[in-house]
Amino acid sequence: MGYPHPIHPRETPVLSTHFGDATARTFAGWVELGGYAALRAALGMTPEAIVDQVKASGLRGRGGAGFPTGLKWSFMPKDTSRTHYLCCNADESEPGTFKDREILRWTPHALIEGCAIAALAIRAEMTYIYIRGEYTDPHRILQDAVAEAYAAGALGPDAFGSGKRLDVVVHRGAGAYICGEETAMMNSLEGRRGNPRIKPPFPAVAGLFGLPTTINNVETLAAVPHIITRGAAWYNSLCLGNPKSTGTKLISVCGHVQRPGTYEITLGFPMRDLIFDLCGGMLPGRTLKAVIPGGSSVPIMTPEEVDGCATDYEGIAAAGSLLGSGGMIVMDDSTDLVYQVMRLARFYAHESCAQCTNCREGTAWTTRILERILRGEGKESDLALLMDLADNMTGKTICVLSDSCATPVVSGIQKFRADFDAYLTGAAAPVAIGA
Amino acid sequence: MSIESTEAHQPVFVGAVRERLETLQDNYPTRMALLLPALWMVQEERGWISDAAVHEVATVLELTPAYVRGVLTFYTMYHQHPVGRHFVQVCTTSPCNICGAEDVVAAVLAESGCGDLGATSPDGRFTVIEVECLGACGFATPMLINDDFIESVTPVTVPALLARYR
Amino acid sequence: MTEEMVSVTVDGVVVQVPRGITIIEAAKHAGVLVPHYCYHPSLSSPAVCRMCLVHVEKMPKLVPACVTPVADGQVISVHAAEARKAREGVLEFLLINHPLDCPICDQAGECELQDFVFQEGQARTRYSEYAKRYNPVEDFGPDVLYVPNRCILCTRCVRFMEEMAEEPVLAVAERGDRAYIAIDPHQPLDHPWSGNVVDLCPVGSLVSRDFLHRARAWDLDKAASICPGCTQGCNITIETRDEAVVRLRPRPNLDVNRHFMCDTGRLDYRWMNQADRAEAPLVRREGRLVAADWDAAVERLHLLVHDTTGPVVVLASGRASSESLGWLMRMLEARSTIAAMKVPIGDEAPLAGVPGLALRPERAANLAGARIVGVRDAWNDAIARAGTAGLVILHDVDLNDAEAAAIAGGGTLVHFATAADDRLRTADLILPVTMMAEEQGVYVNRDHRAQRYFPARSAPGLARPAWWAASQVWQRAGAGRTVPATTSEAFAMLPAFGGLTHRDLGYSGRKLDQPAVPR
Repeated sequence: MGYPHPIHPRETPVLSTHFGDATARTFAGWVELGGYAALRAALGMTPEAIVDQVKASGLRGRGGAGFPTGLKWSFMPKDTSRTHYLCCNADESEPGTFKDREILRWTPHALIEGCAIAALAIRAEMTYIYIRGEYTDPHRILQDAVAEAYAAGALGPDAFGSGKRLDVVVHRGAGAYICGEETAMMNSLEGRRGNPRIKPPFPAVAGLFGLPTTINNVETLAAVPHIITRGAAWYNSLCLGNPKSTGTKLISVCGHVQRPGTYEITLGFPMRDLIFDLCGGMLPGRTLKAVIPGGSSVPIMTPEEVDGCATDYEGIAAAGSLLGSGGMIVMDDSTDLVYQVMRLARFYAHESCAQCTNCREGTAWTTRILERILRGEGKESDLALLMDLADNMTGKTICVLSDSCATPVVSGIQKFRADFDAYLTGAAAPVAIGA
Repeated sequence: MSIESTEAHQPVFVGAVRERLETLQDNYPTRMALLLPALWMVQEERGWISDAAVHEVATVLELTPAYVRGVLTFYTMYHQHPVGRHFVQVCTTSPCNICGAEDVVAAVLAESGCGDLGATSPDGRFTVIEVECLGACGFATPMLINDDFIESVTPVTVPALLARYR
Repeated sequence: MTEEMVSVTVDGVVVQVPRGITIIEAAKHAGVLVPHYCYHPSLSSPAVCRMCLVHVEKMPKLVPACVTPVADGQVISVHAAEARKAREGVLEFLLINHPLDCPICDQAGECELQDFVFQEGQARTRYSEYAKRYNPVEDFGPDVLYVPNRCILCTRCVRFMEEMAEEPVLAVAERGDRAYIAIDPHQPLDHPWSGNVVDLCPVGSLVSRDFLHRARAWDLDKAASICPGCTQGCNITIETRDEAVVRLRPRPNLDVNRHFMCDTGRLDYRWMNQADRAEAPLVRREGRLVAADWDAAVERLHLLVHDTTGPVVVLASGRASSESLGWLMRMLEARSTIAAMKVPIGDEAPLAGVPGLALRPERAANLAGARIVGVRDAWNDAIARAGTAGLVILHDVDLNDAEAAAIAGGGTLVHFATAADDRLRTADLILPVTMMAEEQGVYVNRDHRAQRYFPARSAPGLARPAWWAASQVWQRAGAGRTVPATTSEAFAMLPAFGGLTHRDLGYSGRKLDQPAVPR
C-alpha cells in the first residue's frame, strides 16, 4: 500500500505498510494484519522486560528531541502508590510535519496498541491521547478505533482476559501549536492555558495532575508493537548511518518536490536520494534552493549541506541542522526566503504562549522587522538587529519556541544573505505587507 | 457588554449535554480538566462561545469566568464571536505558502463573497480566516470548512468546493 | 543551626546559605540583588520574566535564579557579561511597547522597570518605527485601576488572587504580544485583600484609585508602623507628604502578615489627618476651661488622682500604646480602678493563602497589650460604672452619643484627647495627646507579639504621649521616683513586660514569653 504514493522500493515500510488501506482502520482488519499480537505478548511480560526490550532496540523519541524511549520510561517510579499517566502527543503542529496524521488516520490501532504496551511498561493507569483540534478526521477515526478496542476487550478492565486494566482517552486540543510541547500539553489537558512548565520537576516525577507521567510521540508509540513482536535486535539492525540512530523514521516531505508525502526510511538514508529519488526531485525546470529538514524550528540547509547528509540524528546535526520531527520542507529557486522566514516568524509570534518576555515580545518584533524589510523599508542595520534579537531569544526562555523563531532567521541571514540584500538594495520588488 | 443586555442565554449544559459532560468526568481526576471538552460542547451546540456561555461553563465547572476566559482566548479554534454558517480556515504557513496558499485564500475570499479575512459574507454563509499550519503540508493547500478537512485545494478547485456548502 | 548549610560564591562573595534555597535568595545573603519582576517571595515562581537569569559556572545556559536551587560550591555571577546582556535584552523587550509615561505614572520613583532600566538598560530604543500596543485603562475593582499599556505580564497579580486570595478573578488572556490581564466585568476585584495587587505590581500597571496622583514617590516620607485596625498587627509603612498621611502600605513580616495588609486597614487612615486637634492643655478654673502649660496640667492631674474618692474608671481606645496604658494604670496604682478598652467588632476577613492572617473582628490593635497591663474589654460595664465613679480617665476613644452622655454625667472627667469633644464640655482637664502616627509605642497583637511603631510625623502643638503625663503624676506621688525619659524607657519600666526594651523587640517584634494574665 502506501499513501498518497505507492511504497517506493527504497523505503523500509514498517509503520507505513498499511497507509492507504482502509481495512487497517478497523479492529478486525488490524487483527487480520497481525495487529494486537504485540499487546497480547506484552500482557505476559513484566514492565521491566518491556522497558529493556525497547531500550535495546535503540528507539528514540520521534517527536523532535530524539531522547531514548526506553530510558525515558525507566525514569518512571517503580511503585504505584500514586497514579501514573501516559500521554500520547498527537498534537502534530510543527510546520512541515504531517507524518503522525497518517498513523492516526490509517493505522489508529497501531497507536492504541503502542499506547497500551507503553502503559504496561510504565505502570500507567490511564493513557491520554492529546490530538490537535484541527485533525478532525483523524480524531473521528481514532475515537472510533478506541471504542472498537474497548468493545473487543483489548482495552478496559480486563485487557484480553489478562486481568490488567488498560484505559485510553482521546482528548481534543483546540488550536495551539505550543501544546505539542510536553509540559504545555499537560497543562492543556488539565484545563489550563497551554503554558510550558519549568523543568525540573520533570514529568516522570510530577507531571500530569502532579503525578508521574511519560509523554511519547505518536510515531514513537506506533513503533513499539513492532519492536515487541519482531525483537529489539531486528529494530536495532535497521541502521544505515550512525549506530545511535536505529530503526525507521517517517519523513514527511512537503514543498517543491514532485511527490510530496510521508516516506519511511531506515535512519541514515541519504537525504539527497530522499528528495531526488523517493520524492521524484524538483518540479520541472527548478533547482533546489533550501531544505528545512526537521520541522520549521531547525536551521535551514543549503543544497551543499544536503549533499552527502545522512538522514539521522547525528548526520543532520553534522550538516548543521537537526532531524527534529522529520518534517522536511523543500524549497526550490522560486522561493523568496525572506518572505518565508517572515511567515515562520509570524507563525511563532502567533503561537507564543505569552509567558516569557523574550518570546512574547521578540517573536512579534522580529516579524515586524522582516515585514519592514519586505516592504522595501529595511535598513542595512536591520540584519544586525535581527541577529542580536535572535541572540536575546535563544536559550533564555522556559521552552524553545523563542529559539525556534530565531533559528530560521539566523540560518536564513547567514546562508541566504543575497535574498535579504535584494530587498535592502531595492533589487527585489517591495511586497505590500504588514502595518 | 453585560450579560443582562444580550438576549437571554439558554443554558447549554442541561439534559443530554449535561449528561455527556458528566460522563466525561469519569475520564479525569479534576473538574478543571473538563474545560476544553466543555467549551467544545458549547461551540458544537451554539456555534460560538458567548459571554453568558463563559459564565455558564464557569458555574458548571466551579471556575471563575475570568479563568475560563483566560483559557478560552488561548485556543484559536474557539469562536468568541458569531461566525458564518461555514467557517473556512485556509493554511498559509510556509510549507503551503510556497505552494501557492495565498492564491487559494484570494480565490476563497472572492468566491465566498467575504472580501476580507475574518469578515462574514453578506449572505451569512461564510467566514474565512488564514490559519497557521494545519499539519497536512504534503497536501498543499489544506483547508478546513467547519469540521471537513479538505486537502490539495487550488484556486481552480475553490468554486466547486464552496458550492457544496449552502 | 539545624539547617544544613552550603557554601556558594555570588559575584566573588563567599556565603554560607541553607541548602535548598534559590539562587535569588542566596544572592541576598551576599548582598546582591538579582534583578527580577515575576519572582516574589510570598508567591509561586513561574520564572517567566526572564530578568533573573544568572551565570553559574559549569552550567550550559544562564539559569533563572528564582527557581534554581543552590548547590554546594556553586560559583554564581549575577553581573557576568552574558547575564548582563540577557537582562539588557529583556529590558529592551519590556520597553518596546511600554508607553514611557513616567511623568504621569504613580509608580515613577518606586518602579522596578525604571530602576532596572536605569541600572542596566539601554538609553536608546531600537524600536522606533512602530506604533506601540494600546489598550484602554480599565476598572478592576473599587480601588484598583489596570493600565494595560504599562503591564509587563509578570502575573504577580494573577498569582496573588489565585494563591493568596484563592479567588482567581484575574487571568492572562490571549497569546503572544496580544496578551493582557483579564477580569470578568461581573466579578470585580473586590476581595477584602485585593489592594495588595497594587503593591505587588512592579510597574505602574495596577494603581490605587485612592492614591491616584496624590503624591510623587520621591516626595514621601516613610515610617515603620503597625496597622492600628485590628488585633492582627500587620506591619505597615505610613507614608506622609508634608505631614499628611497619604498612604498605608504593608511592611514585610513573615511571621505576621508576610507582605500583605487588608483593604480595610489600608484605606483607614484619613482620621490620622484630622484637622481640629487639641494642641494645648485645658484646665478648668472657675468653671471655665482655660489653656495652661503642661506643669499646671500635670499638677491638676496629680491633685485629681489624689483628692478624688471612689472608684476610678479608665476608658481607652484600641489604638492606645502599651506605654500609655501601662503608665495610666501605674499612675492609678493606689486607687481602685476599673479599666476597659473599647473594641469595635466587625466581620472577619481571612487571607486564605496565609494561615493565621486575617482582618480580625476585634478592631483594636492593642487589645492584648491592654490586657497585659490590666485594662480589660468589659467596656459596657465600665461605661455604666462611669456614672458613679469618682474619677473618669478617658483616653482618646471614639464614643457614640450614649457613651458620651454617660461619661459627661459621671465622675470628674480627665480627657486625654487628640481632639476636643463638644459632648464632653464638663471635663475638668483636657490633655492634648499624640496619636499613634505621631509617637513611638508598642502594640501587642493577638499572638502576644509585641511590635514597635514609629512616629510618621510631628505632633501638633503641645501634644505629648499620655504615658509622659501619667509618669509625671506617678513621680509626684512618692519620693525618689525616677521617670522615664524616652518611650523605650517607659516600656522597659513597666513590670508587666519583664524588662524588655524597645531595642529587644527589633523591627519585626517579639513574642512575649508570658501570655497575658488579667490582673
